[in-house]
Amino acid sequence: MSAINPITAFRGLTLARLKRTVRLGIKSLWLHRLRSLLTVLGIVFGVCSVIAMLAIGEGASYEAQENIKTLGSQNIILRSVKPPEEQKVTDKGSQSYVMQYGITYTDVKRIRDTIPGVTVVLPARIIRDYAWNISRRVDCELVGTVPWYPEMRNHRVAAGRFFTDTDMDGKSSVCVLGAEMVPALFPLETPLGKHIRVGGDYYLVVGVMEPRGQAVKGDESQSDASKSTGKRMYVPLETVKMRYGEVLMRRRTGSFEAERVQLHEVTVKVASLDQVMNVAEAVKQALEHGHKKKDYEVVVPLELLKRAQDIARIFNIVLGSIAAISLLVGGIGIMNIMLASVTERTREIGIRRALGARRRDIILQFLVETVLLSGAGGIIGVLLGVAIPFVVTWTADMKTIITFWSPLLAFGISALVGIVFGIYPAIRAAEMDPVEALRHE
Amino acid sequence: MATRIVQFDNVRKHYQMGPVTVEALRGVSFGIEAGDYISIMGPSGCGKSTLLNLLGCLDRPTSGRFLLGEEDVSQMDDDALSAVRGARLGFVFQSYNLIQQLSVVENIEVPLYYQGRPEDESRERARELAARVGLESRMEHKPFELSGGQQQRVAIARALVNDPLVILADEPTGNLDSTSGAEILNLFDDLNQQGKTLIMVTHDTSVAKHSRRSIRLRDGHLESDVRH
Repeated sequence: MSAINPITAFRGLTLARLKRTVRLGIKSLWLHRLRSLLTVLGIVFGVCSVIAMLAIGEGASYEAQENIKTLGSQNIILRSVKPPEEQKVTDKGSQSYVMQYGITYTDVKRIRDTIPGVTVVLPARIIRDYAWNISRRVDCELVGTVPWYPEMRNHRVAAGRFFTDTDMDGKSSVCVLGAEMVPALFPLETPLGKHIRVGGDYYLVVGVMEPRGQAVKGDESQSDASKSTGKRMYVPLETVKMRYGEVLMRRRTGSFEAERVQLHEVTVKVASLDQVMNVAEAVKQALEHGHKKKDYEVVVPLELLKRAQDIARIFNIVLGSIAAISLLVGGIGIMNIMLASVTERTREIGIRRALGARRRDIILQFLVETVLLSGAGGIIGVLLGVAIPFVVTWTADMKTIITFWSPLLAFGISALVGIVFGIYPAIRAAEMDPVEALRHE
Repeated sequence: MATRIVQFDNVRKHYQMGPVTVEALRGVSFGIEAGDYISIMGPSGCGKSTLLNLLGCLDRPTSGRFLLGEEDVSQMDDDALSAVRGARLGFVFQSYNLIQQLSVVENIEVPLYYQGRPEDESRERARELAARVGLESRMEHKPFELSGGQQQRVAIARALVNDPLVILADEPTGNLDSTSGAEILNLFDDLNQQGKTLIMVTHDTSVAKHSRRSIRLRDGHLESDVRH
């Protein structure tokens, strides 16, 4: 009996075996470097665009939400709006007509006294005028308000102080400047302790506010307040009442108009977050009751915040779909090339089968190649995708946020694409008849 | 009497070509002993290739029995046949059939790879065999850097690497010039002297002369079986 050793070798899938298959795959792909690179581009761009777009989208929605949060998510903001029909009448009609509109002290009283859950009501009168420092002039909004304005609007004082109850009671001529006004009026010196002139009156600057982002506008608001330049100065409400009264005159070329507005802006603070929506509804009803015309608007930051979050979610879904489609296209590209590669390497498959490769060995070989391709594409895509937001932030000065899960997700999906689109070519390869495959030219 | 390592009992092979059934082998019986050197001859279409595919376990007979060693391989499933090919058989083809992206040594160790042998052990054995066929200076070359004769020697080394029961050669000198062809045939003679069992398909009588026994096929039948 000649030495016939039995076929006992262990042929399971071990790590060492997988490593060798991976090495072999790299070798085969390296043989057609350019083709491999082109094949993988679809995945690269897919992954890269997903990460970059998510980062930019995330950054944008974060900024929007931060802006809304500065309005205070427990606040409800009421603004006086000039009713549009009324405007037409004054344009062609009598010039002595005094338009009366907007939120009144009565409204504020009713809201404060009848709606439960309302803790603080913050009234404000806003008058547009020029502020002067000797010969420097700035178009600004004079906001007459109450001393607790900073806490309520999440807007802090950067230097000096806000005006106090004493200032309020004494109707003193003090003001706090918005940060945006300072460079225009006091480019070289500190404004604290200096006087500025508005109209015919001088105000002592006692404080400067912190800068804040782009003013967030209410929906389709046309109010004077929302045309804000962002340059605001804050003066005690009592002082403004005394100086300006309730009738505002505006001179225009050839005519002038007068308006009577008691309060331009009222901020209502609600005791707790979950009451905000109910209180907002009640405030809307209370105002509707007292006003014949729609001469006010109600801005609920929480509502805006929710809407911003909804938009962010929709944005993510849209991005996700685009990503899915681009990865699908990338996957089909890979499958296409792998099918061509299988046909091209029919002979090799035949040789390997003759030399003892089982079907599953061939499947493993081609699957590993496809996953290597898509995985490499995924890695390149992640690198590019992480780099792009930095470039965007650097060049376009947009905030971008790369969440830790987006590269992981994108890479995971690209590897999955490799498996899904690699299976079919691999099975095609394995199903070949070795006799036919060896005869293949 | 040497061990019988191949036994064909009334083996038939039919192919379905559309509506026509082609009978490639119509009942072939023969046996082969260890250490023999056999040439299979016959005109084209006589069933040579079919017989070689069956011997190589690349295909299964339609009926009849085929014993390789002590195992009946005629009814084995695909995976088992792969295992048999990897462990019991060595192939030498007319067109060498080396894998282009692999070096000489890597080509030689492919059968061991599919048997799951450890890498360093296979590498060692592949180097040994490359030296044995006279390619010690070409171990890391790729097939396209070698001449036809050298490529065929790589193929022979690959056929030896798993220490097979039988080496099957399909027109091994068909693509070679006469000098390289003669070298390959000498190498076969040496291997046979060392006790290897060789089965060679050829249509060249001068090549067949190297063998000890000639089996001649005609129309799917065994026409003659002579020892010389």
